[in-house]
Amino acid sequence: MLVKQLSVFMENRPGRLYKLTNALGKEGINFVTLSIADTKDFGIVRFIARDNDRAYEILKREGFTVGQTELIGVEVDDQPNALATVIEILDEKNINIEYLYSFVLTNHNTAKILMRVENTDAALKILQEKGIKLLSEKIL
Amino acid sequence: MSSRILNDYIYNPQYETLSRSEMENLQSERLKKTVELVYNNCAPYRAKMDEFKLKPSDIKSVKDLSKLPFTVKHDLRSNYPFGFYSAPKSDIVEVHASSGTTGKLTVVGYTKNDLEVWGEIVARGMAMAGVTKESTVHVSYGYGLFTGGLGAHYGAQTIGASTVPASSGNTIRQLTLLRDFGATHLCCTPSYAIYLGTELKNAGLNIEDFSLQAGIFGAEPWTDNMRKEIEKLLHIKAFDIYGLSEICGPGVSMECKYQNGAHVQEDHFIPEIIDPKTLEPLPFGSEGELVFTTITKTGQPLIRYRTRDLCTLNAEKCACGRTTVRMGRVKGRSDDMLIIRGVNVFPSQIESAIMNVKGVSPHYMIIVDRINNLDVMEIQIELDGDVTLDKVGDVELIKKKVETEVNSYIGLSAKIKLCERGSIARSEGKAVRVIDKRKQ
Repeated sequence: MLVKQLSVFMENRPGRLYKLTNALGKEGINFVTLSIADTKDFGIVRFIARDNDRAYEILKREGFTVGQTELIGVEVDDQPNALATVIEILDEKNINIEYLYSFVLTNHNTAKILMRVENTDAALKILQEKGIKLLSEKIL
Repeated sequence: MSSRILNDYIYNPQYETLSRSEMENLQSERLKKTVELVYNNCAPYRAKMDEFKLKPSDIKSVKDLSKLPFTVKHDLRSNYPFGFYSAPKSDIVEVHASSGTTGKLTVVGYTKNDLEVWGEIVARGMAMAGVTKESTVHVSYGYGLFTGGLGAHYGAQTIGASTVPASSGNTIRQLTLLRDFGATHLCCTPSYAIYLGTELKNAGLNIEDFSLQAGIFGAEPWTDNMRKEIEKLLHIKAFDIYGLSEICGPGVSMECKYQNGAHVQEDHFIPEIIDPKTLEPLPFGSEGELVFTTITKTGQPLIRYRTRDLCTLNAEKCACGRTTVRMGRVKGRSDDMLIIRGVNVFPSQIESAIMNVKGVSPHYMIIVDRINNLDVMEIQIELDGDVTLDKVGDVELIKKKVETEVNSYIGLSAKIKLCERGSIARSEGKAVRVIDKRKQ
């Protein structure tokens, strides 16, 4: 019940993100979602592609520092307080969120939340118990 | 400024003003004794001389010096730790060491006699900067295996000056001590002197509240521009002191107030200039590699030790009255060693440090620069291709590990920059690992 994500280490200088997106774009890889964690010196680009495995292969071949991670994905109604509800559940169990991003697909009235937490198993268990809808890669 | 130093005081006129022939006679006598000593007590020297079919009796005067084999740093390392002692271990009273290429240290053992020699030569040098019994000498070189701190300390003690063994670090406290204890002389690296001067201003202190007259700076190459900067910032006269731990430590040579080359303490160390390629001795005035033979040390005397420092020698009598040979400023080094903030650093040490960290590759570049007159080092390292990084913290952790490893290998902090795979230029043949912007 986890969502596969690719992450790429990137030096913080012009042209790097283009090189990544272009490498995937010209191979017909479509992004589902993408987010960047940035610092002064470097950034980490995290994304989910329609075809993660192929994207991974392409980036490896092109010499990117790319890795795969698995995230917890949940689907909530696209309405106020939905994100807070999910976070509250984790807070109550003292589960720390390391990073999180969310997105809404067109023609859907739900929002998807992707997160990396300190204790994935515990988080999955409590979210399930509370009836939160979990995503797998397929659902994306 | 310079008017504060009034006298032309020579610490040991008996030895510092010998005529050339008197000096050569003294050197010959001491050289013969030293060769005898190493041949009979130091296995590597006996082997070297046997290989050259040389007996101590073949060395009759300094003219025969060039018959003797050279000694290089590698010889010391391959006989680590104490293989070059010519004295029984029971006679060694102090050990110093400097960092080496393979994690191995270059060790130097001192007998009681050697410490006296050391104190004497540093005292002679300090006298050139005006240090007397009345002076207060503040030593900001690191105390420890590094010879800077204790070398300066022994010199000041030999003269009988008040010595403040401040060691390195904590700049604000250093400034307080300098001011409150009324230091007349400061000993540290030239880059640290500039740092002190700049911080003094930043801290809102007034140089007029200090009693500084002169500074004795060494352990790293520096320029005349730095000298001017230091003199302006600290209202002192800045002197260059030269030395290397293998030979003795700081004080092997030192500038007098005329600052036209550093007087070599020739009655203790015979200097030669050789062509680093042919290894042939060159006449005074030619530029080449500096070579020293110690002739009064008993713990670990060295014969024709190649310093790798490139400079010239000048035997003309100096305006200060001293007759000892003066060496010009060191122009550079004939090997790949870097001197950063007075510490010897070899790229291979950094490589060894990096190799201990998971997540990074062996592709790296060392960039040395001088920013605000302080040496800074940045190490750029490519990440390993197989590492998975999705959290900023993971990257920071790798960075931190590299920092810690590098620091433990070389004793200096470096700025670490992690780079993408393939971003550091590969070169054919011998890899270019160092960009030293200080030389540009």
